[in-house]
Amino acid sequence: MNGALLEALLFAGGYNAAVVALGCAAFGLAAGAVGCFVLLRGRALIADAAAHATLPGVAGAFILAAAMGWDARSLPLLLAGGAVTAGLAVLVVSALTRGGRLRDDAAMALVLSIGFGLGVVLVSVVQSLAVGGQAGLKSFILGQAAGMRASDAQLIGALAALSALLVAVLFKPLAALCFDRDFAAAVGLPVRTLDLGLLALMLAVTVTGLRAVGLVLVVALMVIPAATARLATERLEVMVPLAGALGAFAAWFGVALSAALPNLPTGATIALVACGVFALALAFAPRRGALAFAWRQARLSLAVARDHALRAALEQAEAAAAPGRGAPLTWAEIGRGAGWTAWQRAVLPRWMRASGLVAQDPRRGDGVTLTPAGLAAARELTRRHRLWEHYMQAAGGLAPAAAHRLADQVEHTLPPEVAREAEAWLSRHDPGRLRPDDVGLPRPGEAIPERRG
Amino acid sequence: MSGSPASGASLPLPVPALSVRHLSVAYNDQPALWDVTWESPPSGLVAIVGPNGAGKSTLLKAVLGLVPRLSGEVRAFGRPIAEVRRRVGYLPQRASVDWDFPATALQVVAMGRYPRVGWIRPLPRAERERARAALAEVGMAAYADRQIGQLSGGQQQRVFLARALALEADLYLMDEPFAGVDAATERAIIEVLQRLAREGRTVIAVHHDLATAPQYFAHVLLLNVRAIAAGPMATTFTPENLARTYGGRLSLLEQAVAAALGGGVPVGGATPGGPERR
Repeated sequence: MNGALLEALLFAGGYNAAVVALGCAAFGLAAGAVGCFVLLRGRALIADAAAHATLPGVAGAFILAAAMGWDARSLPLLLAGGAVTAGLAVLVVSALTRGGRLRDDAAMALVLSIGFGLGVVLVSVVQSLAVGGQAGLKSFILGQAAGMRASDAQLIGALAALSALLVAVLFKPLAALCFDRDFAAAVGLPVRTLDLGLLALMLAVTVTGLRAVGLVLVVALMVIPAATARLATERLEVMVPLAGALGAFAAWFGVALSAALPNLPTGATIALVACGVFALALAFAPRRGALAFAWRQARLSLAVARDHALRAALEQAEAAAAPGRGAPLTWAEIGRGAGWTAWQRAVLPRWMRASGLVAQDPRRGDGVTLTPAGLAAARELTRRHRLWEHYMQAAGGLAPAAAHRLADQVEHTLPPEVAREAEAWLSRHDPGRLRPDDVGLPRPGEAIPERRG
Repeated sequence: MSGSPASGASLPLPVPALSVRHLSVAYNDQPALWDVTWESPPSGLVAIVGPNGAGKSTLLKAVLGLVPRLSGEVRAFGRPIAEVRRRVGYLPQRASVDWDFPATALQVVAMGRYPRVGWIRPLPRAERERARAALAEVGMAAYADRQIGQLSGGQQQRVFLARALALEADLYLMDEPFAGVDAATERAIIEVLQRLAREGRTVIAVHHDLATAPQYFAHVLLLNVRAIAAGPMATTFTPENLARTYGGRLSLLEQAVAAALGGGVPVGGATPGGPERR
């Protein structure tokens, strides 16, 4: 089986299989790129409704072809039939929601159910017909790349390439439409036409993917790569090609998987590959990923614990009356003063030493002393803390204890400009409060005084 | 300028930047605007003031063709609006867009240059620099490459203003440019608006703060589904007219107006919610 997978991945399974894999990859590229705008315009659900509504069209085209004596397995004919009913479904949704008759989600669920139900009935009718090739219709539901003809794959590739090209050409108008439709319309962009164009692109991608991915999961290839790319970047001009690349990768890998495991529908393998990539992005994306988020949280809580330690050290030092006497501070005392948890006790001493805030006290092995940088940081923190205490007492009428608790929470996140504003307010309204000696900070450059013995 | 009518006057009459005749708009069967006829001054800063649901935003959108008009006629600089789109700029409400959109501040402002450059071809460097200059004018040069979702509300509003400036329009329709911004942003915005007025442009802005309206704007349109009164601020922004606009919450309104016109006690953003329509 591994050999089969490798063979399929390397397009080494023969000419037909290679063309099918390339056609599907092209579809994945178009679906990813178009999907970005479908997602940003909030059209994912209607895309799903349209996809399900292709079934009656495909089955109807099959019946028509059988009745007229045409080739009932002709892919262009079946896709055209699917496009007609999918387009109809979009029109029905928009008619149902006009004027607030029906909520969007209700209208879409309704149209999806009617379309799919009608399709299933028609497919059953087809099964009873005395023509060949009915079994092929099943592949439009869950997708089956195996057994696809090279000419079908070429049609799919051509449609996909056309869609991708249109996205590239219309990139900026589409971006303007998705970001701010009213502004775009006000400055003269033909937004109605553009909106229709986006719907047409969405329909084109949907029917393009029917044969390989199937109508149930075709929307996955529009939504998942786009959502994955959005996690990975904050730039649309990166997101769209990235989603295209991810879609192409998922399609190529999924087709190879389903070739190696012949009983699996291609739509399912492609969607699962896309989901796998999405899960990776969810975990590891640089800014929006879960790990990055946890890392930021951990850093913030460490920084808060560090700030508490710095301030505790400074206050202990202030409390010490005369320099030159008593033992230096120890990590145990600092940690106790700052209320460190066990893991913070394990991590913080190393971090604070590495960032040059503290140094070992030369007089005692486990003694700690604030470096000039640590002293400056502690002084700034203390200043912010006391500023806020004063401000909340003077302007907010808080009791000193309550003001202290509030300042403890705020001092780490107080933006400098707010601190300046509070300072200005105090010097205007309550100048007596801000006595330099009241802030009580050690002079710059002064080493941390020792505690009394 | 164009097509002077055969009148005896030697000087052409100044054309109103915006004129609206018998404009009506309805959402379903609820009238949002009813037979509004109004001419703006040829230039300067104009406030549209009225209670919630008075149709202020709807008026701007109907002028721009963003909502269908039931009836009526709209002209900018004496011409149908479609013929002078280049000269008309729009600043929508900040809350009307999704700020999580993957774009930078500069890219959003650059959207204001596309109507002149064309939407398909890439933006030339000089045009990008113009967008950058517009950002700089609202004090946002340092945030050009920031994703817009990472900006504060006031900064987002400045980006919107910069995008409007990038249009280089002669008539601006602004929907609550001061809504939900900090004091520094409010000052920055009013400075930009005053610059536009000095250059002879027109800014018509929906404004909610009765206390600052007379301070910021020279003209006013009082609107409550119908046009209640319009004209220079000093003669139009009177307690009687305001009472007619807001449907008679006299005491609070009169206080606000007295404070605002007298420049006395600050009312601090008193925005009385008007009575429900109908």
